[in-house]
Amino acid sequence: MIDAPSSTWFTASPHWHVLIVMHFILGALAGGTYFLSAIIDLTGHDRRLARLGYYITLPLMAVIGIVLIVDLSRPDRFWHLLVENHTLQPIFKWWVPMSTGAWSVLLLGVFAVLSFLAAFAEHHRPQWRLARRLRPPGALGAFVAVPGALVALHVTGYTGVMLSVLNRPIWSDTPLFGLLFIVSAVAMAAALLSLAARGLRWQSPSVPALQRIWVWLLAAQVLVWAALFITLGPAASGWLNVWGAVLAIGIAIGTVLPLLAAFWRTGWGLGSGPAAAALVLAGGAIVRTAIVFVPEAIAP
Amino acid sequence: MAEPMGFFTDPTVCIGCKACEVACKQWNQLPALDDERRTMSGDSYDNTRKLDGTHWRHVKFVEQFDEDRRDGRWTMLSDVCKHCVRAGCLEVCPTGAIIRTEFDTVVIQSDACNGCKACLAACPFGVIDINPVSNTAQKCTLCYDRLQAGMEPACSQACPTDSITFGPVRELKERAGRRVVQLHAAGEHRAALYGADDKMLGGLNAFFLLVDKPEVYGLPPDPKMPSRQLVPGTLLTMLGALVVGLVSLLSFRDRRAGEAHRPDGDRS
Repeated sequence: MIDAPSSTWFTASPHWHVLIVMHFILGALAGGTYFLSAIIDLTGHDRRLARLGYYITLPLMAVIGIVLIVDLSRPDRFWHLLVENHTLQPIFKWWVPMSTGAWSVLLLGVFAVLSFLAAFAEHHRPQWRLARRLRPPGALGAFVAVPGALVALHVTGYTGVMLSVLNRPIWSDTPLFGLLFIVSAVAMAAALLSLAARGLRWQSPSVPALQRIWVWLLAAQVLVWAALFITLGPAASGWLNVWGAVLAIGIAIGTVLPLLAAFWRTGWGLGSGPAAAALVLAGGAIVRTAIVFVPEAIAP
Repeated sequence: MAEPMGFFTDPTVCIGCKACEVACKQWNQLPALDDERRTMSGDSYDNTRKLDGTHWRHVKFVEQFDEDRRDGRWTMLSDVCKHCVRAGCLEVCPTGAIIRTEFDTVVIQSDACNGCKACLAACPFGVIDINPVSNTAQKCTLCYDRLQAGMEPACSQACPTDSITFGPVRELKERAGRRVVQLHAAGEHRAALYGADDKMLGGLNAFFLLVDKPEVYGLPPDPKMPSRQLVPGTLLTMLGALVVGLVSLLSFRDRRAGEAHRPDGDRS
């Protein structure tokens, strides 16, 4: 404590454990998948892949809602995040990431339901005309997809900003976790969608585009990681524990290996195939786990 | 608004009796349970260990002895929530459960708290924790209920040596300044006030006199507001959104350009 590299070393644990890790991983996948599906819908014509994305997003959002509620010490009061219990007025604090995040998760849930309905109607219930119009092309579809995509991006990134304003070692010693999470989330979602398409044996023309997306975003992550360690300064010593090793493994298998395979073409089967996509997903999950737990390993 | 009220804690006269801890627990009906701990801490006579949801006062025992233990001293410091003028916990609370009172103190309303635990991490001093009985975040209220009735907080009233002094913050600062001068005159040149001026989080309404570096007492030398990363973090995240948006749009635009030369494939 005498030689603590940062004032954050004197703070206490929020006791965040597995459920928060789940939220970070599932939130990244749900937000990223919805964002990519909306982009596919708005720019392309591969409606089948976008539909698959919407089908993935909704159940993930349902699980996230349950996880977030169960993680509270008083789950019966989850609604206090949205409604002030004394006045019953909506409560929204733009300067509190947990508050903006709660609203974003709710809103993305609504957008996910609308897009799911539209995708389902198009696929199975063509007579549901209004529901089908909730997907682009068309003004109503764009009215759902554009704000939905923006909210989805917020869901992927707010968790990182939240860490940066929680005063814990490592978390609050750099402002870069939001940037890292948003880039990593969309890379993971692109990997998930391409994996799902391959799993269904689809020859979707959008899959190569998804692979390009995660390769470029992994390259961006390398830059973000470098900047993150530079901004941590002396606080980077907080990684000198088991979670630093876990982080290194996560970066190696989730960022470095797929990038090497993609750029050096030493194994296109890995660089562009399901193995690389699986590595991106696993790496993203491992990195988030290490980030959530690392302050716990730093002695108060 | 009433005049800001607070504590001045002077460890040079603390005898480590822990009457403050007991009085606090008694008045606030805090359980005697100590989480799941059944063992002694091994850390001097301190088995309270830290401030948390059921320990709103904590007498720290600081042993400073030579290797051969022929020379040394014990310093006791009764730690407590600092009731910061710029309070990190209040800033990050998403439910509005944490309020500033008419006495300029910071109080957690237990009926509004849903146990999200954001305030636990945001407090620069690590003061707050979940009370396992109520399952809400809790900490010292500076005996808000007693203040409203014109009474003194239980801990300071119980303190037999006036190591904990309660009163208007302005008067406490004058008293603390005089005590520092007195200690300097007595040869204790390390005596200094911690949190008495507004440079530290706008000022601490519960401030301390220290006779060593703050870290020796487990206090941060430069406590910071959690919000310091909000603006840069948000701007950088927006930059990230721009990057992923551009990468995604360009990737799918490339695909469309390629498709323009291809017959309709497997679109549904």
